[in-house]
Amino acid sequence: MATALENPHPVVDLERVTKSFGARLVVDALSLQVPRGACFGLLGPNGAGKTTALRMVYGVTRPDSGSIRVFGIDVGSDPRQVRSRLGVTLQENALIEPLTPVENLAVFGRFHLLTEREIRSRTEELLDFLELRSHADVPVRALSGGFQRRLSIAQSLMNRPELLILDEPTTGLDPAVRISLWSRVDQLRALGTTVLLTTHYMEEAERLCDQLVILDGGKAVAQGSPEELIDRVLAAEALELDVRPEEDAAIVAAFGAKRSLRAGSRLILYADDAGELALRLREQRPEHRARAVRRTNLEDVFLALTGAQLEFGA
Amino acid sequence: MRVSLPHVLSVWQRNFAMYRRTWKLNLLPNFFEPVLYLLAIGIGVGSYISEMGGTSYVAFLAPGLVTVAAMNGASFEVTYNTFVRLNFEKTYESMLTTPVQAEDLLFGEVLWAVTRSSIYGGAFFIVLIAMGLAPFPYALLAIPVIPLTGLLFASIGIAFSLRIQTIDLFSFYFTMFLTPLFLFSDIFFPLEERLSGAWLWVAELLPLLHPVRLSRAAFHGEFSAALWWDFAYIALLSLVLLYVAAGTVRRRLTT
Ligand SMILES: Nc1ncnc2c1ncn2[C@@H]1O[C@H](COP(=O)(O)OP(=O)(O)OP(=O)(O)O)[C@@H](O)[C@H]1O
Ligand SMILES: [Mg+2]
Repeated sequence: MATALENPHPVVDLERVTKSFGARLVVDALSLQVPRGACFGLLGPNGAGKTTALRMVYGVTRPDSGSIRVFGIDVGSDPRQVRSRLGVTLQENALIEPLTPVENLAVFGRFHLLTEREIRSRTEELLDFLELRSHADVPVRALSGGFQRRLSIAQSLMNRPELLILDEPTTGLDPAVRISLWSRVDQLRALGTTVLLTTHYMEEAERLCDQLVILDGGKAVAQGSPEELIDRVLAAEALELDVRPEEDAAIVAAFGAKRSLRAGSRLILYADDAGELALRLREQRPEHRARAVRRTNLEDVFLALTGAQLEFGA
Repeated sequence: MRVSLPHVLSVWQRNFAMYRRTWKLNLLPNFFEPVLYLLAIGIGVGSYISEMGGTSYVAFLAPGLVTVAAMNGASFEVTYNTFVRLNFEKTYESMLTTPVQAEDLLFGEVLWAVTRSSIYGGAFFIVLIAMGLAPFPYALLAIPVIPLTGLLFASIGIAFSLRIQTIDLFSFYFTMFLTPLFLFSDIFFPLEERLSGAWLWVAELLPLLHPVRLSRAAFHGEFSAALWWDFAYIALLSLVLLYVAAGTVRRRLTT
């Protein structure tokens, strides 16, 4: 709270930002604010405009209209200043394959005009922080995907950024690496770093983010904390049934679920108390077995807001 | 245009760091090419030619081949390497997440290509000194022609590489552009003695012709005011192409 008072500006402030490529509207009147110290997640299906939105934050894509302020600075007017204070891990690694992690970090340090002494000390810190030390002097092309990804993140931390932008940081990584990266993000936040990330893993978004926006076709279709979104869009609990799609309407009407969703062969009913729903089902429609009673998660919300399009093949 | 010299140098340092790792593989083939021409054509064929342009054939050839070494050094850097960094390795995209801007990156790449051309041209020049083909002291004036040639071909090459959409076009660049320049730019025979009328004017368009003239004038110690035209050609064409390339690099990397 104290920091929020000292820094009234959100770290990232997008106001009705719109961007088209040719006739294609890619980001549509997007507004979002990332408070200092927060972890903010951009979710959305492939092509939703997540990467484009991030590119606009660090100023390599210019919006057609709307305003973008980062650290209170208009990105278009001083991109150098803005980029000196943030770090970006791109969706695809861009490492120098013949060089070692230590050499790759030095190259990035020089882009930030660090002195050789600063480069050495930060390299030491980051080798430990991202557990790269065992392979510090191995050419990048000989490193596994997990090592390469960690090195990419280390690169984006060379300038000790106030804002860390992560575009799908854990795509393609094994669960152990993913979990260890999550705790690194926690550690950075504890030191005051603001984080803006995209991900296709709802579990990751739920675990890391305190604010989310779900994009679909460039539009924000929902915004809030994970709990708020679950509450607002669906309900706290979910009941999964195996029924034929023709029966959906009748079952939803009979049981009075708040919302329902069809996911392949399953019908999912959402209610504040799914256990009670399951009991009534067993009494009234014993032919339908409840497959699962569980807490609603972000995946449900995501499917409810964006999944319909896949089903109808739009 | 907003260019920052420290950021330009940081891009140069990136390439230097990489070159330090790979130079042994790169340097030798590029370096030997002009040496082989010097031996086979200059000394081999040259032994059947009593003189050309008032000197022995190998001495006629030497100043031109210095510029060829510089041209090749720059060209390799700004063709395949630039294209791969732009389109496949996402190197430039990652630079632009830092305070490095599109123009810094362009000039960093060009400065590095000039450096590489100087390494190749310089190494060849040392061979010429060792073979007694660089008459002292005037030939030393040919040394600045090496980076100048590098600048010219770095500018031509990078303007081309930033524009093309497919890597296959480089085979045209090398065989339809650089190879004819190599063969018809006064290096092997005095071009103007084989041309007449309007063709003499057309020949002035050949980019490599101008560094060759400057280099030969230095080696022979024969200077004339006409050399200003050759110098102006190199400087102006480089500037124009770099200006165009700066627009292209901005367009390709920022949207
Ligand atoms: N420079 C560009 N020119 C034309 N179209 C573009 C350009 N950049 C992005 N697009 C288009 O904009 C849309 C959004 O792309 P973007 O990369 O922002 O999506 P994304 O949400 O990051 O997707 P993914 O999850 O697959 O990474 C896509 O349809 C893409 O093809
Ligand atoms: Mg993306």
